Amino acid sequence: MSSAALPYTVEPHPLTGVYSGKLGTWLFLASEVMLFGALFSSYVLLRVGAGDAWPSGEATHLSVPIGTFNTLVLIVSSVTMVMAWASLKMGNLAKGRMFLALTIALALVFIVVKLLLEYIPKFRGHHLPSTNTFYALYFTMTGLHALHIIGGIVVIGYFLFPGAALWRTDPEYYTNRIECTGLYWHFVDLVWIFLFPVLYLT
Amino acid sequence: MAAHDHHTHDGHQTHGHGHPELGFWRKYVFSTDHKIIGVQYAITSLTFLFFGFCLVMLMRWQLAFPGKPVPLIGGLFGETMMPGGVMLPEFYNSLGAMHGTIMVFLGVVPLLVGAFGNYVMPLQIGAPDMAFPKLNMMSYWVYFVGGIVMLTGFFVPGGAANSGWTSYAPLSVVSQVSRNMWFTGQTIWLLGMVFLITSSLLGSVNFIVTIIQLRAKGLEFFRLPFFVWAQFVTAFLLLLAFPPLEAAAVLQLMDRVAGTSFFMPTGLVVSGQQGHWTGGGSPLLWQHLFWFLAHPEVYVLILPGMGIVSEVIANNTRKPLWGYRVLVYSLVFLGFMSFIVWAHHMFMTGMGTRMAAFFATTTMIISVPSVVILTALLLSLHGSCIRFNVPMLFALAFLPMFAIGGLTGLPLGLPAPDIHLHDTYYVIGHFHYVVVPGSIFAIFAGIYHWYPKVTGRKLNEFLGKLHFWGSVVGANLVFMPMFFVGMAGVSRRLYDQTVYQHGANVQTLTQISSFAAWFFGLSQIPFIINFFASIRAGKKVSDNPWEATTLEWATPTPPPHGNFPVIPVVYRGPYEYSVPGASRDYVPQNVTA
Repeated sequence: MSSAALPYTVEPHPLTGVYSGKLGTWLFLASEVMLFGALFSSYVLLRVGAGDAWPSGEATHLSVPIGTFNTLVLIVSSVTMVMAWASLKMGNLAKGRMFLALTIALALVFIVVKLLLEYIPKFRGHHLPSTNTFYALYFTMTGLHALHIIGGIVVIGYFLFPGAALWRTDPEYYTNRIECTGLYWHFVDLVWIFLFPVLYLT
Repeated sequence: MAAHDHHTHDGHQTHGHGHPELGFWRKYVFSTDHKIIGVQYAITSLTFLFFGFCLVMLMRWQLAFPGKPVPLIGGLFGETMMPGGVMLPEFYNSLGAMHGTIMVFLGVVPLLVGAFGNYVMPLQIGAPDMAFPKLNMMSYWVYFVGGIVMLTGFFVPGGAANSGWTSYAPLSVVSQVSRNMWFTGQTIWLLGMVFLITSSLLGSVNFIVTIIQLRAKGLEFFRLPFFVWAQFVTAFLLLLAFPPLEAAAVLQLMDRVAGTSFFMPTGLVVSGQQGHWTGGGSPLLWQHLFWFLAHPEVYVLILPGMGIVSEVIANNTRKPLWGYRVLVYSLVFLGFMSFIVWAHHMFMTGMGTRMAAFFATTTMIISVPSVVILTALLLSLHGSCIRFNVPMLFALAFLPMFAIGGLTGLPLGLPAPDIHLHDTYYVIGHFHYVVVPGSIFAIFAGIYHWYPKVTGRKLNEFLGKLHFWGSVVGANLVFMPMFFVGMAGVSRRLYDQTVYQHGANVQTLTQISSFAAWFFGLSQIPFIINFFASIRAGKKVSDNPWEATTLEWATPTPPPHGNFPVIPVVYRGPYEYSVPGASRDYVPQNVTA
C-alpha cells in the first residue's frame, strides 16, 4: 500500500469496488456530461425554435471527408490509450510510454487538421461564429471539445514524462492514473462521436 | 496530484507529531490539510460576506432617501459612481447585481460547503483528510482567483456587471458593450463565474469521494451525522447543476465577444437602432440554463444549513434527532426534486400553461420534504431540557424564520398569484428570509458551535447573545416590510420607487427596512469583536466542551495533521444522547459500551 494515512488510493474500496481516483474520475465525467448535455440541448432548442429560418445549404457547409478522417483519428487514439494502460498492467513501461506518445501524436493530428483544414479556411471564407446560429454552435461546441483534447494532451504529456517517475516507487498507482486518464480520453472521443453526426451529417 | 508530494505528505504512520519540514507557506498558505483549507475558506468567504453586505447598506440609502447624497462616505466614490455623493442609477444596478453574486457565490455557499464542509465533514467521518488533498487546495485557490476576478469589475470603465445577479439576456449581452469595447463588467462577471464553477466542481467531486470512500470502520451510511448527509446531497447538486451554467456562461461570452446570437432574438432593437446581431437566438434559453443551476443552488444554500442546525439541536436538546431516517430520505428526495422545479422562476415568460402546470406541481411536491425536515427538527425539541447557549439560540431562531421564508414561497410557486408577485419586493423578502435568518443564522450557529474545535477556546456568551438578539430583531425588521412593499406592487429592481404613486405610498416601509438593515449591520459588530478577540482571550475549553457524540469531538483540539492519533472505529449511531442505563447522558460514536 502506497500511503498509510489515506486509504483506497490504490486498492479498491470494498463497498464501491473502485479506488478513490477512479470514482472521482467518473463523477467528474458525470459533470462533463451535464456540460455538453446543456450545449446539445441548446442546439436542439435553437434549431427547433428556428423552424424554416434555420440556415441550410452553403451556409452550413462542413467537409464530411475531413470530419470522417478526424473521427477515425480519435477512435484510433482511444485504442492506443487502452494499449498504453494494458501494457502498463502487464508491467511493460517502455511499451506503455510508446502508446502514450502515440496517443498524443494522434491528438495533435486531430488538432492540426481541425485548425489548418477547417477553422482557418472557414475564417478566410468569412464563415464566422457571428455568421449564423449554425456556425455559432459549430465553433462553440467544437472549440470547447478541442480545448478538452488539448487538456488531454497536457495530462497525457505529464504522465509520459515527469509523472512517469511514479512507476519506480509505485507501478500500480501509476497504472491507475493512466486508467483514469484513459476514462477521460474515451469520454472526449465519445463527445466527438456525438458532435460529428450532429454538425457534419445533417 | 503529483505523486511524490503525496508520499511525503502522508507516507508515515506517525503523523500525530506534526511535520516540522513544512515551511510557513506550505503549512498555512498553500496547504493541503483540509482543516487549514477550511479556515482559509471561512476567512475569505466571511470577508466577501461582509463586503457584499456593505454594498447593500449603500443601496438601502438610495432606496430610503432617493436622490439624496450619501452622508460621510458619498464623496469617496468619485464622479463615475456618485457625482456629488448622489448614487447614479448605473452604479445602483452594479451594486444590486454584485450584491447578489457575491452573497450567493462568494459568501454563503463557500462558507457552508468550503468552510464548514471542509473542516467538519472529514472529522465527522473519521477520515485523515479529504480523498484528494491537492485538488482541495486547488479548489480553494480557483475560488479565490474567481473572487478577485469578480471584484476587478468595479475598476474597469463602465463599472461592475449591472444586469442583475441573474444576468438575463438580451440585456446582459448588450449591457456595457460599445463598439470595440466588450471587456467590461459583464464579461468579467462571466469569466469570474467560470472560475467559481470550476472551483465548486473540483470541491464536489472531492466531497462525494471522501464521504463514500473514507468513512471510518463501522461508520455505515445510516450512522452518518445528518450534517454529512447534507454535504453529500449538496455535493451532488453542485456537481450536476453547475455545468449547465458553465455552458450558459460560455454561450453568453460568445454572444458578447464573438458576436454570436445564442440569446439574441431576430429583429432586436437596442436604443432605437437595429442591433448588429444576426438573430435567431432565444432569450428564454438563457433563463432555462440559468435556473437549471440556480434552483438547485437554492438548496445548496439551505441543505448544509439544515445539517448544521440538526447537529446543534441534537447536541443541545440532549436527545436523538426525531426521525433520523425520515430526515435522510427527505433530504435525498429534496435533492432529486430540486432538479425539476426550475421553471417556476419563469411563469411570466410566456412559456405556456402546460409547462407552468408541470412546474407548479413539482414545486408543490418539493415543499413536502422541506416541511417534513422542519417538522422533524421541531419535534426533536419536544420534551427536552434545552441548553440555551448561543449556537442553540441561532438554531432555534432558524426554525420559525426558515418556515416564514419557505411558506411565503408557496404563492410564488403557483402561476396565478405569481402574476401579481413576480419580480416584486415580495420575492426579495421571501428568499432573504430563507437565506439570512435561514442559511446565515445556521452559519452563525455553526461558528459558535465549532469555534472551540478550531481554536480550543469558546466565543464569549454575552457578546454572542448581543449578536443574536440584534440579528433576530434586525433581520425581521428588514425583511418583513418587504412583503407588504411587494404586495403593493413595487418592482424589485427600481432605483427610486417614489416616482410611482404605488411606490410612494409604501416608502415609509422601505425606510423602516433601511434603518433595520443598518441596525442589523451594527449588531454584527459584537460578533466581529468576539470572533477576533476570542482567539486569544476566549475561555479555554476541553476537547469536547459541548459533550457531543460525533467524531469531530473525539480528536485533540485543535486536531493534528492527520486528524486522529488513533484511527477511530464507530460502534453506534450519531446521536446517542440520554441513552437509558448509560453512565453519562451522551455516548460518543467511537465508544464500545
